[in-house]
Amino acid sequence: MDIQDYPSRMGDPASRRFEAFSYLAPMDEAEVKTQLDYVARRGWDCMIEHIEPERAGDDYWYMWKLPLFGERDVDEILKEAEACRLANPGHHVRISAIDRVRQTNGFSLVVYRAPAD
Amino acid sequence: MTSHGDNRPGTYKAGVKEYRETYWEPDYQVKDTDLLACFKIVPQQGVPREEAAAAVAAESSTGTWTTVWTDLLTNLDYYKGRAYRIEDVPGDETAFYAFVAYPIDLFEEGSVVNVITSLAGNVFGFKAVRGLRLEDIRFPLHYVMTCGGPPHGIQVERDILNKYGRPLLGCTIKPKLGLSAKNYGRAVYECLRGGLDFTKDDENINSQPFMRWKHRFDFVMEAVHKAEAETGERKGHYLNVTSGTVEEMLKRAEYAKSLGSRIIMHDFFTAGFTANTTLANWCRENGVLLHIHRAMHAVVDRNPHHGIHFRVLTKMLRLSGGDHMHSGTVVGKLEGDRAATLGWVDIMRERFIKEDRSRGIFFDQDFGPMPGLLPVASGGIHVWHMPALVSIFGDDACLQFGGGTLGHPWGNAAGAAANRVACEACVQARNEGRDLEKEARDILGRAAKSSPELAMAMETWKEVKFEFDTVDKLDTGLAAA
Repeated sequence: MDIQDYPSRMGDPASRRFEAFSYLAPMDEAEVKTQLDYVARRGWDCMIEHIEPERAGDDYWYMWKLPLFGERDVDEILKEAEACRLANPGHHVRISAIDRVRQTNGFSLVVYRAPAD
Repeated sequence: MTSHGDNRPGTYKAGVKEYRETYWEPDYQVKDTDLLACFKIVPQQGVPREEAAAAVAAESSTGTWTTVWTDLLTNLDYYKGRAYRIEDVPGDETAFYAFVAYPIDLFEEGSVVNVITSLAGNVFGFKAVRGLRLEDIRFPLHYVMTCGGPPHGIQVERDILNKYGRPLLGCTIKPKLGLSAKNYGRAVYECLRGGLDFTKDDENINSQPFMRWKHRFDFVMEAVHKAEAETGERKGHYLNVTSGTVEEMLKRAEYAKSLGSRIIMHDFFTAGFTANTTLANWCRENGVLLHIHRAMHAVVDRNPHHGIHFRVLTKMLRLSGGDHMHSGTVVGKLEGDRAATLGWVDIMRERFIKEDRSRGIFFDQDFGPMPGLLPVASGGIHVWHMPALVSIFGDDACLQFGGGTLGHPWGNAAGAAANRVACEACVQARNEGRDLEKEARDILGRAAKSSPELAMAMETWKEVKFEFDTVDKLDTGLAAA
């Protein structure tokens, strides 16, 4: 194979990344559910957040309602993420998992990426 | 070692007496506050084990080769270290383990320097032993609490860097010597824009004529900031502030901070524990992460019959302070077998580490609330190792691919992207419950379908293996497989 150029560009919003899983092909719904099953198995609670794309690097995104404490049904979690998306068009939406024992996030995934303008 | 003297309470007799009369106490009940040490001893021909063990206890605490009248001015029976247990070394008839307990009073608070000066001081040149190795230390929690420890720790680092649910990725910039600052910054930029979280100064990069530190710091930080803007992710470069004096070290640290560097780097063993603890305290006060390199460690930890085991150096570094520490990779080209590595990885990360001889852990060790540090796996690894690395280390580690990034046929950015894609694919597969090591080929192959950079990396390094036998093995008594 000939040498390939690396296509990342400052001026291209598609070059922005979102930490975990942002270098893979986008996950389909079944794959997202499998990841959320893992979160549930670890006993972590999910939190849904959203943000304007230009603020994606902030520490704090808008929290959607409150963390889904005790919710282990991945369909319910995805339903909330969808409700968040519909209420906040043009925002990125992510699901993070709260590992309260270690006081960190054990998992984080942008499930909806706002289209580049 | 014939007996001439006998210091009974209230009497003084000059001369030499056998160590075991004073320093061998098999009935001793270990106290929670005692500092405990396990030594592996190869005694001189004809010296009984108890005598050699007692000699080590004496020489690493209160003893001198002869009795002195000033012994009688204090309560030596309280202040002395004592050997309290002797064990065979499995599979090695030349050596035995001696366990020694020291009262906590013998050690200045918050000074691992003082601890190691006693335990690994004159005693290591002592003629009564042919070989001596400090295998493990149990620091009582009372002592741990007097030390500063890691400036920030794993959870704080994740928050500072905004990285969750996956290992961090890094790369040491090569060639390790000879690049100009501008060219060096180019190499950093290419790695970071490709998807790595960190790049690293090599340990012997300090401030040489071909690249003075300030130029390097300036160009590197421009590279970091540009890559952050381009990718939208937070990045770091371990700016090596190791230098000839502590004053110079702190000057460089201050400058790194002024440029907005999130992390700096130090070689704790060549620079010394005093410098390291000073820098760790500075990092804690200034909100800068501290990456620790371990140059020179193999000089003292590789010989199974003499020196200090790496797990001891690890404990001391955790107490002295650092947020990252090189651990060995298990899978790469460097020394270390899997169980032993997992043992000292636990020492870096966990709050409480249980005695487990199968991992080389001789004592329960309680670090209480002291933060843990991230083990750094670096050296001779590439994308094909990623499944094993994610499986072995889990999320709380920094995986560093030097040649495995810079050696990519399309350059650093492509090499970085290949590693990042491989890492994320392995985390995804792990979360799906798949066996990373057995299904490595399938997991990486699937991810490579959407990443030509990964496909190219897999092709480039498909044949490269580093499988040398380890020199320093755990004392299991089992023949090498």
